[in-house]
Amino acid sequence: MKAKQAFFDFLKYVVLLIGSFVVFFPLYSVFVGAFKTRQEFYTNRLSLPSTWNFENFQIAWEKGDLALGLGNTLFILVVAIVGNVLIGSMSAYALGRFDFKGRNLIIGSYLVAAVIPLITTQVVTYSVIKALGLYNTYGAPIALYLGADVIQLTIYLQFIRNIPYELDEAAMMEGASLFKIFRSVIFPLLGPATATVVILKFITIYNDFYVPYLYMPDRGLRTVATAIQSFVGPNAAHMEVISAYILLIFVPTIAMFLFMQRFIFSGVTSGAVKS
Amino acid sequence: MNLSYKTQRIIVITTFLALPLILLLLFTYYPSVMLVWYSFTDWDGFGFKNMHFVGLKNYKEIFTNPEYFRILRNNLYYFIGGLVQTALALFFAVILNSKLKGRNVFRVILFLPYILHQVAIAIMFQTVYHTSYGSLNNLLEAIGLGAWKQQWLGNPAINDWALAFVSLWMYMGYNMVIFIGALQSISEDLYEAARIDGANAWQSFWRITLPSIKSVVELMLILTLSGALQAFTVPYIMTLGANDTSTFLMKTLDVAFKFNQFGLASALAVVLLMMVAVVVLIQRLMLREGGSRA
Repeated sequence: MKAKQAFFDFLKYVVLLIGSFVVFFPLYSVFVGAFKTRQEFYTNRLSLPSTWNFENFQIAWEKGDLALGLGNTLFILVVAIVGNVLIGSMSAYALGRFDFKGRNLIIGSYLVAAVIPLITTQVVTYSVIKALGLYNTYGAPIALYLGADVIQLTIYLQFIRNIPYELDEAAMMEGASLFKIFRSVIFPLLGPATATVVILKFITIYNDFYVPYLYMPDRGLRTVATAIQSFVGPNAAHMEVISAYILLIFVPTIAMFLFMQRFIFSGVTSGAVKS
Repeated sequence: MNLSYKTQRIIVITTFLALPLILLLLFTYYPSVMLVWYSFTDWDGFGFKNMHFVGLKNYKEIFTNPEYFRILRNNLYYFIGGLVQTALALFFAVILNSKLKGRNVFRVILFLPYILHQVAIAIMFQTVYHTSYGSLNNLLEAIGLGAWKQQWLGNPAINDWALAFVSLWMYMGYNMVIFIGALQSISEDLYEAARIDGANAWQSFWRITLPSIKSVVELMLILTLSGALQAFTVPYIMTLGANDTSTFLMKTLDVAFKFNQFGLASALAVVLLMMVAVVVLIQRLMLREGGSRA
């Protein structure tokens, strides 16, 4: 019995190592490629670099608009995430705590909206953005990230239902205003939901390609996603420089992931199950 | 400044909901409604003077021109890839849910691709798949499988699979983590009872594990299907649709933004929207049915 168990465990490790190899192989090949000279890159693809040179990173950083892209992405991320947290928690408070005419209609319309894939409506959204004068401004992605993807509301709404109403009542006994109750009682208790929203929005917005691509073609408004795309596109850089560029983009997220593993795993899990 | 709770209530409801509702109407509902209207016109995207009602002409074009269905077939690769991805995710989740040393390390490794930048991943795989300098062909050569070398992105017989694999590589870990979460909620007692009754691991999987996480499996399959219908970023970045790798959504956006046929593009988008809606509806109905039986 014990031998059988050991054999099964061995098989499990074999499978897990194969899986890990498939994950690591592409990452390994860009990693070693990024430190090679052009000559070495094209002659010796898979080995470790004979000397570790950092020139490719310098070229990628300078020519690839990466500083600009990271700056723009960070700005859009911060505004959109803060906005999503405020909008999500405030509307969940209004919808989750009070019963009023039209409440179910509003909740229903959010649930339906969650099902409409926003990329399919871009053909029209494009003209809305243009009509509002948001084309080629930061306003376009921010408005779309706030208005079109509504997962934050469903997460907050689920969560607020589990906060006992007695807490609100107790605060009212002490004469606290509703706004104060929201700010000092409800919002702090929504903490885990906020963490989930922040993580999910961070991943989707950071990765998003078509919103900046469609609505901010201006060079000065490039995000990480559009900067790398144009870097690789027509005036294609060489593969060793591209490798360095890819690595520069990966490093911040990998670092963040390793530090915040637990939050990210639980955020992703609860986000999926509640949507 | 002591307002009654009744007044406060009205203020809170209106102020807290006004902005979110305006955004929702402006960027979700208005576009959806107008999309349907534009789909019956020949609008060219430039001013509304050139917009004429053309009835079902756009839909007729879509359903009679085999080109669109040929392209939709390319989405099928992503769907099949997605099924494999879901199965693999469940497989790894079950393995990592058992008592195994170092399982957290493997969970981190297998999940890692999901948090990496998607455009960068697509470009990374361009360097992996490159015919002469790609790391994949070099690896095959190095381990004596030189005969298996391929034009991964150039050969129409395999390039869609190569692209679907990138998608699998990206999302498998995400499905896996969700499955692990679901597996952890199954009570250990059930397995214990099954063991006492003499059930083997395979039987426990089919009789206990799978039924307990049925709704999560369904959810993942639905996400896979609607994701496959919307496949866009990976093929767009990696091939721009060359060598017959265009997907339905790529075609839709091209028709709109490259050829300025916004009317036809709207009709294509409506067709896509309908397909996704049907998928989601089926899932909702299945969930309800499952719920009433339980």
